[in-house]
Amino acid sequence: MTESALFLRVQQLQTHYVQTIDDDRLEDWPALFTAEGRYAITTRENHVAGLPLALLSCTGHGMLQDRVTGYRRINVYEPQVYRHQTSALVVTDAACGGWRCQSHFLVVRTLQHGAMSVFATGRYLDHVVEQEGTLKFAERLVITDSRQTDTLLVIPL
Amino acid sequence: MRGPAHIPYRFLQDPSLFAVEQQRIFKGPTWHYLCLEAELPEAGSFVTTRIGETPVVVVRGEDGELRALVNRCRHKGALVCVEPRGRAPTLRCLYHGWSYQLDGRLRLVPFEKGVDGRGGMPPCFDKSEHGLHPVRSARLHGVVFGTLSEATEPLEDYLGPDMCRHFRRVFCKPVEVLGYFHQVLHNNWKLYAENARDSYHATILHAFYATFRLNRLTMGGGLVVNHDGWNTMNYSIGASLQEGQYDARELRSVLPDIGLASPELLDHRLEFADGITVAIQSIFPGCVHQQIYNTLALRQLVPLSHDRSELHWTVFGYADDDAELRALRLRQANLIGPAGYVSMEDGVIGEYVQRGSAGAAPGETALLLMGGEGIASVTDSRANEATVRGFWQGYRTLMGDALDD
Repeated sequence: MTESALFLRVQQLQTHYVQTIDDDRLEDWPALFTAEGRYAITTRENHVAGLPLALLSCTGHGMLQDRVTGYRRINVYEPQVYRHQTSALVVTDAACGGWRCQSHFLVVRTLQHGAMSVFATGRYLDHVVEQEGTLKFAERLVITDSRQTDTLLVIPL
Repeated sequence: MRGPAHIPYRFLQDPSLFAVEQQRIFKGPTWHYLCLEAELPEAGSFVTTRIGETPVVVVRGEDGELRALVNRCRHKGALVCVEPRGRAPTLRCLYHGWSYQLDGRLRLVPFEKGVDGRGGMPPCFDKSEHGLHPVRSARLHGVVFGTLSEATEPLEDYLGPDMCRHFRRVFCKPVEVLGYFHQVLHNNWKLYAENARDSYHATILHAFYATFRLNRLTMGGGLVVNHDGWNTMNYSIGASLQEGQYDARELRSVLPDIGLASPELLDHRLEFADGITVAIQSIFPGCVHQQIYNTLALRQLVPLSHDRSELHWTVFGYADDDAELRALRLRQANLIGPAGYVSMEDGVIGEYVQRGSAGAAPGETALLLMGGEGIASVTDSRANEATVRGFWQGYRTLMGDALDD
């Protein structure tokens, strides 16, 4: 695979990821990870200090699906949607049978009565692998720039 | 004045109460959680925080002592320590370089004697009179509290015997901070203070508990009040999680088709001999100390205005946690904080009350009648709002004639 072909495929994975969240197809979101894939959201404050606490952390499809169940069926929150902007994708190097990737994100959150705000910005630190011809996240670590969450976080970033 | 079971919505909506609360409550005879001693491992370690609006820094001195100081340069009032946490040899204001020793004494004023003998501070200027203002502080088993009033009773008297016992129970050995959460809430601070004391809502609003039958009002547990109701604890006892876990594994949720694909989220280890699995302790006005299974945290509530507050979570474990227990705590952290399966609703429910109670008639009140109007410990039921009434009793006591209700 050429470098540009790889870049394009990682970009497509990113696009699918954003679409599952922003277009409310969260049921498709776990399948973008490997069966044992890890997803976690932490703050820059905790990450830089080497503190292990995450706002949310999932290992494996089961825990990812449970977050979807929480969002759809269990938890109580003001109805809301996200719109992601991602940029600065870098596929840094081959590692652990895959690739290390980084990118930036900005998420605008819109609440049911119309209030819009920048809900989060930050970095994705990814470990992407190829399985049966498809790229998947073996790990996606979300590091938010702000340490503060407005109200609550129910939809993954 | 009305009784503690009737709370005028004006207490949530009137912007003029904010300044009075700052004066009578946050600068009044109350203790406030500042930090954990474990966050200040060595000389020069500092943590910045606030008591109400007042910026405070807690610093460990060369002598090993912890001191709380008002984080305000005596020259122009700038913050001296700006970062949330750090380590510094001296406390130096960035603006004009006034520099304080770790005990707060003013040690250096740049150009104090002027330049070539011209300018400078007047000869009568005495640095020893211009140290950072000390904040009275006290420690209980490694938890650091501060008060801005000389009239505040000693910390352990203020907390009360049951509250002290519960701190001793959890802070029984050295702790280690696992991380922080910070949350902005679009509601009056008192709504969060109430919420933390309210055992009635826990199994109803927090549908995760209800869905997996994790914490039911029919389980063993109770309410404890100390200090005339100001300080309270709600707790539940028993093999609740194992039982709930069983339900989750067997998909016996309230809604029959909901189950956890990954029920190991609910795995936990019984850490305390008393069998208490969930305990939420509230210290008036703004400190919450939680044990939810193996998640341990202190929460600090800071009012920003009449309809906006901040909540700061410090999540910790024990320094001697084995790897498995540490992993359990971190996995269970999915239950708490702004994204917690259990805690997330508390981020928005106060906002719904703030919005819902806007425009209420002057005499319109909330009703806190569950369990009657008393404010006493309850050992046989948690279908009781005694702990919430206790909070409002403390509030009314300190606010006095400013409430005019």
